[in-house]
Amino acid sequence: MLACCPVDYALNDITEMRQSKGLDWASELVADPSPWVTYDDNGLAQLDILVPEVYCAACIGALESNFKKLKSVKYARLNLTRKRLSIRWDERLNTAHDMMVVLEWLGYHGQPFDASQFNHSLIDNQQKKLLTSLGVAGFAAANVMLLSVSIWSGADEATRNFFHWISALIALPALAYSGQVFFKSAFRALRVGSLNMDVPISLAIILALYISLSETIAGGAHAYFDAAITLVFFLLVGRYLDISMRQRAQSAAEQLMSMLATAATLILPDGSRKSINLNDVKLADHIFVAIGEKIPVDGKIIGGKSDLDNAFLTGESIPETVSIGQVIHAGGINLTGALTLEVTAVGKDTLLADIIRLMEQSERTAAKYVRLADRVAKLYAPIVHILAAVTLLGWMLVGKNFDDSLFIATSVLIITCPCALGLAVPAVQVVASGILLRLGILLKNGEALEKLADIDIVIFDKTGTLTMGQPKLTNGQHITDADIKIAASMAVNSQHPLSQAIVKAATNRGLKFSTNDNVQELVGQGLIDKRSNIKLGNQQFAAAALTNEASNTSGEFYLSVPGKLPIRFKFEDALRPDAKQVVDGFKQAGIDTMILSGDHPAAVKNIADKLQIKNWQASCTPQDKLNWVEQCHKNGKKTFVIGDGTNDAPALTAAYVSMSPGSANDVSQLSADLIFQSQSLKAVYKVWQVAKFSRGLIKQNIGLALGYNAIAVPFAILGFATPFFAAIAMSTSSMIVTLNALRLRLKENSLK
Amino acid sequence: MSGLLFLIPVALFLGAIGLVGFLWTLRNGQYDDIEGASMRILDTQYDDKPDDSDATDD
Repeated sequence: MLACCPVDYALNDITEMRQSKGLDWASELVADPSPWVTYDDNGLAQLDILVPEVYCAACIGALESNFKKLKSVKYARLNLTRKRLSIRWDERLNTAHDMMVVLEWLGYHGQPFDASQFNHSLIDNQQKKLLTSLGVAGFAAANVMLLSVSIWSGADEATRNFFHWISALIALPALAYSGQVFFKSAFRALRVGSLNMDVPISLAIILALYISLSETIAGGAHAYFDAAITLVFFLLVGRYLDISMRQRAQSAAEQLMSMLATAATLILPDGSRKSINLNDVKLADHIFVAIGEKIPVDGKIIGGKSDLDNAFLTGESIPETVSIGQVIHAGGINLTGALTLEVTAVGKDTLLADIIRLMEQSERTAAKYVRLADRVAKLYAPIVHILAAVTLLGWMLVGKNFDDSLFIATSVLIITCPCALGLAVPAVQVVASGILLRLGILLKNGEALEKLADIDIVIFDKTGTLTMGQPKLTNGQHITDADIKIAASMAVNSQHPLSQAIVKAATNRGLKFSTNDNVQELVGQGLIDKRSNIKLGNQQFAAAALTNEASNTSGEFYLSVPGKLPIRFKFEDALRPDAKQVVDGFKQAGIDTMILSGDHPAAVKNIADKLQIKNWQASCTPQDKLNWVEQCHKNGKKTFVIGDGTNDAPALTAAYVSMSPGSANDVSQLSADLIFQSQSLKAVYKVWQVAKFSRGLIKQNIGLALGYNAIAVPFAILGFATPFFAAIAMSTSSMIVTLNALRLRLKENSLK
Repeated sequence: MSGLLFLIPVALFLGAIGLVGFLWTLRNGQYDDIEGASMRILDTQYDDKPDDSDATDD
């Protein structure tokens, strides 16, 4: 068994298990999933849980078999592709919360979600339909081709006619079924008076069938059944690749959506607590927020005191101390003390809703992007039609009869059919998105890859994007090991990011320190050891005597040991590893860089200087960021915005292309086109490299496809294109573009 | 020629069996979780009998 999976437990009865194995620790860790439970026809409760950390065979076994051992569970199935566990069980025996507890106890974190919220049936059905068509077309193509090969190799006339009839028998129904994808789309386009790639395709298929059928009836030598069906087969492969990439992108977006579905803990009038769906929270409700939880609503604090990490909301890197009476906004993380809130705004009135409104506004104004393939198709389709028409008229003018002219015109249509063109783009994109996936980059939007290749300016957010979003001790060299040890043994008791930075610094030095049990945390001030009166905290609390210290920023802690001078610990939000390298890489490629941050000017300037970025703006509101991005667009610059906070979301939406780290806030992950999972910022540069190279390949492929046409079309117009010639030319050009797309895989190793 | 009259339908019939088989696997939901299927095969748990909660009742 692999290390990511727990061993096989003997679970039979949860109550028994709770008593004997101590499940209670887990029951406090998980939220109540009851808002997401649905019921099936047999009255069984059903819950879908997203489990991001399943990777292997043993994970499947561990989850499914352990759940099935429970008496109440009738069905448990893990879909590894979607990382989704579905359970159906008898709710009289176990509650939904029990299921989450079991999951947690098995060693997996899960997020319940409402499966009906996502309408993935549409793409799924489309994909199934395409696969069915592909299967039918493949079967027909193989059989017809087999018959055609024997015709080409010189069958006598009777055999040839017989084979033509069989080909017709196979090709007609197969095309009537598999060709529907193209016929329907062409019909839709024609109805609104426009031309798309499917119009010449449909025309070619229908004309080829008509010509071949009349040849067959007349006992003629040339039939195009094989060309028509192979054409449809190749084109369907292209369509299928395209749709599977879109499906992959969609399931990435879905995973994020489900993360948004969080619950709030409601305090009932009798004092008991209940987990409810965020949508059911009403004005003036009392909500409880435990330490480490995200603030679910906008509200006034009516009980408790704590430090809030608002980095996602404002971009500020240092936590803010809040207490009774203050109004706080949804999205912050509660760090040091439990809070009770009275809800002051729900739905449309929250700060989050304001930001979402900004996002929607910028979405409307953003220009619609036309994909490269569609742009080519727009030019290509009319040219093909004109060529075919000219060929028909031309031959009739020089004295051929209508049927013969139509035969040649049809062969022009078949030869020019965008077989390679239809494969050129999807093949590259599928290879590229596979590479990105292995690099830990999720592509949420297929167009993003194309767009990325022509960016002019990269705009970074600071906190959480260029930096880790976690403070780091900066003046460590001035502090002795002994002092750090004392500080760390106190700090280890606190969730405050500055405390954790001290612990980290001590661990990095290899210092061993014990946990000090006498430490008490005074919210908004610091930590105190009640026995020895050692204090660790802000200046007023731990070093009140030090009035001469000029800088009184919140990015520092003091350690005061009675009888000694207080020692200052300075912190700073550390840069991500490779941030400099990434910025330099873009600079060398001639792409501008810029920082837009909501943090204080001093902090932003510091980072900008380190990275040698001249262009930076501090104290930006979400609206400011949006304005800057739109300003760039007005100046004709294509922006690549990278940000992680809710405050970045409008700018991410407005951006030409956007990207978020996996550590980012939900809202910004939703609005970004790409998401990278790695710690290192290098992904930002790598994705651009892949995009750049893919763009090159796509252009080469389109060039190859058009080049093949340029050579083959004159032959077809002159009437030299026999069905044999068409079959060879078509397959060769399709193979060349597919092989060319695979060259991207060779590039992959150089990216690691 | 008479041989062809007999052999071609046979060949087509055999091909059609393959096609129907493919369509059946598709309808049956066997491509819904490709990664999962590639992992399940490694697990000895299903060696003597197939998994009873099949993908179809999804």
